[in-house]
Amino acid sequence: MKRTYVQARINGEERDFLCEPRQSLLEVLREELGLTGSKEGCNNGNCGACSVLMNGRVVNACCVLGVEADGADITTIEGIARGDRLHPLQQAFLEEAALQCGICTPGFIVSAKALLDREPDADERRIRFWLSGNLCRCTGYDKIIRAVQRAAAQLQEAQA
Amino acid sequence: MRNLVAEVLKKPIAQVKVVPMEIGGGFGGKLPIYLDPVAALLSKKSGRPVKIVMSRTEVFEATGPTSGTVIRVKAAAKGDRLTAVRASLFYEAGAFPGSSVGAGSMTMLAPYDVENFELHAYDVVVNKPKTAAYRAPGAPAAAFAIESVIDELARHQKVDPLVFRKVNSARKGTKMVNGIAFPRIGHEECVEAALNSDHYRSPIEGPYRGRGVASGYWFNGGMQSSVVVAVNTDGTVNLVEGSTDIGGTRASLAMQLAETLGIPYEDIRPSVVDTDSIGHNDVTGGSRTTFATGMAVYEAGMAVRREMIARAAKLWGLPEDDVEYADGVVRSKKDGRQFTFKEIAAQSARTGGPITGKASLVARGVGGAYGTHIVDVEVDPETGKVTILRYTAVQDVGTAIHPSYVEGQIQGGVVQGIGWALNEEYVFDDEGRMVNSSFLDYRMPTALDVPMIDTILVEVPNPGHPYGVRGVGEVPIVPPLAAIANAIYDATGHRFTELPMSPRRIVEALNGLA
Repeated sequence: MKRTYVQARINGEERDFLCEPRQSLLEVLREELGLTGSKEGCNNGNCGACSVLMNGRVVNACCVLGVEADGADITTIEGIARGDRLHPLQQAFLEEAALQCGICTPGFIVSAKALLDREPDADERRIRFWLSGNLCRCTGYDKIIRAVQRAAAQLQEAQA
Repeated sequence: MRNLVAEVLKKPIAQVKVVPMEIGGGFGGKLPIYLDPVAALLSKKSGRPVKIVMSRTEVFEATGPTSGTVIRVKAAAKGDRLTAVRASLFYEAGAFPGSSVGAGSMTMLAPYDVENFELHAYDVVVNKPKTAAYRAPGAPAAAFAIESVIDELARHQKVDPLVFRKVNSARKGTKMVNGIAFPRIGHEECVEAALNSDHYRSPIEGPYRGRGVASGYWFNGGMQSSVVVAVNTDGTVNLVEGSTDIGGTRASLAMQLAETLGIPYEDIRPSVVDTDSIGHNDVTGGSRTTFATGMAVYEAGMAVRREMIARAAKLWGLPEDDVEYADGVVRSKKDGRQFTFKEIAAQSARTGGPITGKASLVARGVGGAYGTHIVDVEVDPETGKVTILRYTAVQDVGTAIHPSYVEGQIQGGVVQGIGWALNEEYVFDDEGRMVNSSFLDYRMPTALDVPMIDTILVEVPNPGHPYGVRGVGEVPIVPPLAAIANAIYDATGHRFTELPMSPRRIVEALNGLA
């Protein structure tokens, strides 16, 4: 199979890779680039465990082809923290015990970041609506929503 | 899993090494083995490592659902006393025998002290996928049946449904259906807490709105666990265990060790190791890990304490009886001389070598546990949509080792139960093939479908565990099905006896189309 040369900015770093036309962005991230934080939960766009930001928009990496990433700016869960400093969302997930098995967590954090970047004052209903593309079987969502609310309050405080 | 793979491959167990990964949620479906022996055989044939991944559709179709059931219940009361129950339980096993009907029958009447009962249980083989364990296997369906009938009975007798449950509650000494008396249990305390909750004391008003309550029970598991506690020369500790962590048990086990040793939690590094590196551990299932592996952690911690006493006694030239261990300090009872945990650890080379403690045990003294749930719903008669307005789950958790993780287990169980009650269903065609095997068509709850889930942790310590631990993970999925059905009855006057209470079923029932 002929492989295509792809260049993309991934987590702030210029990266290039060879990718088969059939490969999804998720496969490329996990298997070619070693970024295994994004998870495969369904591989058909229904669970959100592979959520990444592509040019600032949340996408399911399982439903984007690797070749489509050419020239794009991609942020995965690995690019959310600043070095050792966790993003307020990550810190809030820890403090609110907003995860159990942890498989859905990267998708939730990436997706929630996209919301708070845009709407730092999102209320509970808006957060629940925004995150309804991310499935979690363990938590019942309660602590996840609280963690996002907590991070939102912190981000607003930091901006004020 | 290691033993099952060895059995299938006809290999000595020692020749099979399982390296546990972060495997996602458990809920029972990962207790059997599926492709593991196939991968091993292919690897042997090819001489190369083999990885096999099941797609989500394959997981739906081939890893076993819970049993579909038909349950008939007849119950009688005199005044506010439950006097008799007769029930027949039919559980689908799939293509081979072995459903969870035993657990269904054993848990069904557990909340009650009822003198006369007759239970008939049938394991039904059908041309469908083999059923597997699914969170409190067998119990939610049985609770759906009995708790719906108890609701009707209480209404008929004009007794508040929670008061009815309190009056008839099982307690210590009540005989279980197998004739054995219950040890200390906490159902009555749960009902009491539900009666006194802000939720139950607040009125529910408005058309098509209603409130329901239900109780549920799960045995919880004991079984075998092994752990090793290794003290390092700087006083930090490695906790080596074999129970795969699917929801926070590294934390709940390290916390129990910190308590036993009287040292900071941060000084303990828990890790789940491969099967060559630790004694046998039974499955992470049955809500047993914090309880049973926790008991092993306690025993191993006590072994470390005894060793620390021996080392200090040696250094001081005292008999061991004159030395005591408390709060991370070893002290001479004679003259108050003391060593901290770190000081003893640092001297291990001079006092007999590395300090370790280990325990391998069968955990006895399992504490069964109860939950009592309250739910308010609103039913849209035009669309059939049921909105959960408010949900409170009360549960006897024994001792909450890590309270927010305990709440998380309860909230997760409740929402899984809400999904079961309202939407989740395996749909088969006439030939027995599953036709909705994706997350698009198998409709589990999203964040938008549920409200915050309030929890009330009731702590009736389990006398069978050094810290009073009872399992907490499975109990919360037992009551929701009936609690929601009872709430929908309260809201609409229609008694649903079939699950899920999906929009289609609700519209049909309310319009007399069913």
